[in-house]
Amino acid sequence: MWTLLQIELFKIAKRPRTYIAFAAIAAIAFIFQFAFKADGQSYMDLMLQSVKDTFEFERVKAINGYFMCYIILNTLLIQVPILVALIAADSISGEANMGTLRLLLTKPISRTQLILVKFAAATIFTLLLLLWMAITSLLFSIMIFGADDMLIFRSKGGESQILLISKDDIIWRYVAAFAYATVALTVIAALSLFLSIFAENSIGPIIATVCIVIVCTIISNINVPIIDKNVKPFLFTSYLVGWKGFFYIGTTGDGETIKGSIENWPAIRKSLLILLAHIAFLVTASVVVFKRKDILS
Amino acid sequence: MPAIISVTHLSKKFKEITAVDDLSFTVNEGDVYGFLGQNGAGKSTTIRMMLSLIKPTSGNISMFGKDLNSHRSEILRQAGAVIEKPDLYKYLTAYQNLFIFAKMSGIKVTRQLLMQQLEMVSLADRAHDKFETFSQGMKQRLGIAVALVHNPKLIVLDEPTNGLDPQGIADMRNLILKLSREMGKTVLVSSHLLSEIEIIANRILIINKGKKIVEGDAAELLDPSKTIVQIDTLNNEAAIQQLQQSGRASLLLPSPDTIRLQMNKKDIPDLTKELVGMGIGILSIQPRHSLEDYFLSLTTQQQHVDTITN
Repeated sequence: MWTLLQIELFKIAKRPRTYIAFAAIAAIAFIFQFAFKADGQSYMDLMLQSVKDTFEFERVKAINGYFMCYIILNTLLIQVPILVALIAADSISGEANMGTLRLLLTKPISRTQLILVKFAAATIFTLLLLLWMAITSLLFSIMIFGADDMLIFRSKGGESQILLISKDDIIWRYVAAFAYATVALTVIAALSLFLSIFAENSIGPIIATVCIVIVCTIISNINVPIIDKNVKPFLFTSYLVGWKGFFYIGTTGDGETIKGSIENWPAIRKSLLILLAHIAFLVTASVVVFKRKDILS
Repeated sequence: MPAIISVTHLSKKFKEITAVDDLSFTVNEGDVYGFLGQNGAGKSTTIRMMLSLIKPTSGNISMFGKDLNSHRSEILRQAGAVIEKPDLYKYLTAYQNLFIFAKMSGIKVTRQLLMQQLEMVSLADRAHDKFETFSQGMKQRLGIAVALVHNPKLIVLDEPTNGLDPQGIADMRNLILKLSREMGKTVLVSSHLLSEIEIIANRILIINKGKKIVEGDAAELLDPSKTIVQIDTLNNEAAIQQLQQSGRASLLLPSPDTIRLQMNKKDIPDLTKELVGMGIGILSIQPRHSLEDYFLSLTTQQQHVDTITN
């Protein structure tokens, strides 16, 4: 299995397509950093407009590396599924399209092994993508803007809320958030892999993955009680942005933040379990379908 | 010679279409086994079932004395294949492609081994060029190197001369003969180019519409005592009657338009005398020798039977 995984990673590394995702992430992070360096103050003024009389904070310090990373992640983690699909949806369909699938399957490796290795490779790609995101959006932002306490803007119960996290209580939250995002995006990888079994070129499964993510995201954002109760809990898209939970710091009754705390850890844990269940289901389904498939490509 | 491949009552249906129909054959160790059929006859489907790419609807395949279903990996470790086009990773070099598939075959891979393989197919000087830059003939040769890199006992080549120029076809033919004669490999080679198969194969299977038409030694099928003779006379019905009574030949296609029969070539003069003696005017007698004509006669006969049946 290890040899097969090495081979898969070698193939991914040798494909020019792989680097599109890394370049896209770097470009988006750079554009954000450039824009905030040039005119971040206007953004901060806008965000703090409603609380300027009640909230005391030095605005120059508010735009720091931690804050920048949070802003970038808010944008990127919505787009990254497409980048993950670019590689994962090509796993089987790309081999079928190139004609290499039939050769692969005449080697003494089982179909189950092949699917598991393809999934592992897609997961590692996702992990590397997020690591790269951490480097470009967190590390580079800290290098450019410095590190300081971090402001989080959120909407809770229809009201705007601002949370302040001290700078020595942030890094672990990012580590946890990136780990959560890896699990969330691995669901996309598993979905793409599953869809790629049915196609003989990668365009179909890439588009299908993106369509499913878009449709499910729209449904996840419809606020109708019947959907809230019967549909949303089962959609993986309802949990894709669960990483934000690590930045919703717990507070005392007086509204004081509690260092090292998370407001709703059980909700995050539940989200993670649901995402993992999605992964297990999709990978199992991939193995079952692929084992029965006639290779005609 | 022990059987390397034993296929029994193999069938494959794709919904309503029967691609392979109750096919049985045996490939023995050391054979260059020619698998002949027109396009769409079911050759590739059969080969794909033998390599476990397609699941049979019914029937059994055993290779190296073991059932394919229960010993898949063990069997595939001893087999190498090029199925239809030799498709490899176009963004990788010849060396990298060979390396990947050698590793997948579970052997110890060394630079020396890979270069030896590339040398064998005359691609050593292009080892570090990308696959996408290769000509069709070079791709085919690299495909063969990939199939051979783990030193398998059995080589399966599905239409290996497809898309090759005359020189490429000749090279491929020589390579197959080398694999068999010098390296002792068992080779199963499918083709619809019958003239190629008759040169290299010692045993032949002809299929049509998924069904076996004939299987046997090439020498036997090309035996002069079984020459195919096509006769046109002024009174075919009377000729057919005479031929049936004489027992000199077996009728393959006794239609009023054309008589095609199998007989010993040396009996042609006596047969001619007999027919003329009966007052049957002969328009032409055409003896045919090549396997291609044999193949055509058999498949045409099958088509004729089908037409009558339908």
